[in-house]
Amino acid sequence: MIDLNPMVIFFAAIFTNNMIFSNFLGMCSYIAVSKEIPTALGLGTAVTFVLACTTIINYLIYYYLLVPLHLEYLRFIVFIISIAAFVQLLEMIVERYLPNLYYALGIFLPLITVNCAILGVSLFMIIRRYNFLQSIGFSIGSGLGWTLAIVALAGIRQKIKNAPIPKGLQGAGISLIITGLMALAFIGFSGIVQIQ
Amino acid sequence: MDSPKKIFKNGIWKENPVIVQIIGICSSLAVTNYMMNSLIMGLGLTFVTGLSSFVVSLIRNYTPKHIRMMVQVLIIAAFVIIVDIFLQAYMPEMSKALGPYVGLIITNCIIMGRAEAYAQQNPPLPSLLDGIASGLGYTLILLMISFVRELLGFGTIFGIKVLGDWWTPWTIMVMPPAAFFILAIIIWARNAIEEKEKDKKGEVAKS
Repeated sequence: MIDLNPMVIFFAAIFTNNMIFSNFLGMCSYIAVSKEIPTALGLGTAVTFVLACTTIINYLIYYYLLVPLHLEYLRFIVFIISIAAFVQLLEMIVERYLPNLYYALGIFLPLITVNCAILGVSLFMIIRRYNFLQSIGFSIGSGLGWTLAIVALAGIRQKIKNAPIPKGLQGAGISLIITGLMALAFIGFSGIVQIQ
Repeated sequence: MDSPKKIFKNGIWKENPVIVQIIGICSSLAVTNYMMNSLIMGLGLTFVTGLSSFVVSLIRNYTPKHIRMMVQVLIIAAFVIIVDIFLQAYMPEMSKALGPYVGLIITNCIIMGRAEAYAQQNPPLPSLLDGIASGLGYTLILLMISFVRELLGFGTIFGIKVLGDWWTPWTIMVMPPAAFFILAIIIWARNAIEEKEKDKKGEVAKS
């Protein structure tokens, strides 16, 4: 695991170990914000950006602050604070420079804080003992993989808008079934690379 | 003040966080491959939701409005650390099996959702019950999904073999897609039942 090439981890995080399809992370906003492609793309970009930055920050904090001080068990609190602070910053920037995106994403920007994918990547990084470059590859790959999944779902949901879906299955139900089918398709990639 | 019965009915059925509000499924689906994992995860979440709602409600009048999210997250994280350390000490294998998903309880939208929607406006005791009710609703759904997955995927329930050697395990049940399909079917069934009840009530009102 230690000598894995960061590029291998990058592609594995997009295709074989996709955040949504194999780890179920970031599902809340994935289901809620996937009605239209532009919004989905906006959120995906934001998540990828936040993911890459917070993973780097958390890596540095964990290995240069918490480990030397033997405070590893505080990692949950420290990680969530650094993520929350970073998202707050991003929110201010988006509100100032991209008002359209800000209105479209509405309440979901603060929700990036509680997007499981962000914290999940940081925790996976610790558990799998990635080094610095591997962590960067993993975080960007995971972000892109998440974006790919949410944009694909938004595209399919736009197409089936007028389809006769059983009433009880409309909305979340059909989204989950589509996700399941996409996850099945992604299993086809699993022969390429494998990380664990 | 809401009666405990109403709170529990809301949390478990009428406003079940997983299948009605579609929140908190982030970390939940991954642990549904074994029933034991689901049970421990569900209990952990119930503990955290109940107590953090209680504390949030206790200090609701003293927290400045614009930093309340931060305060809530800190309270939740403190309880999650308790759960994590407890699991590491008494159930090391379970702690390993659940991996990062214990830590991910922090970002479980159910807890934040209950803290924001209920505990922020209500006294501590109902908030505690409300948190526990939501946690139980979540546990219930988790157990339903993992029951199907473990039974068909391994032929066992809580690790005890119930289906004999003649049973051919369904590999798909062990893989992630199955969790999506089963959750979708549960949501469908729940909506269908709710729809029927509504029809019945409508008829009564008319006649």
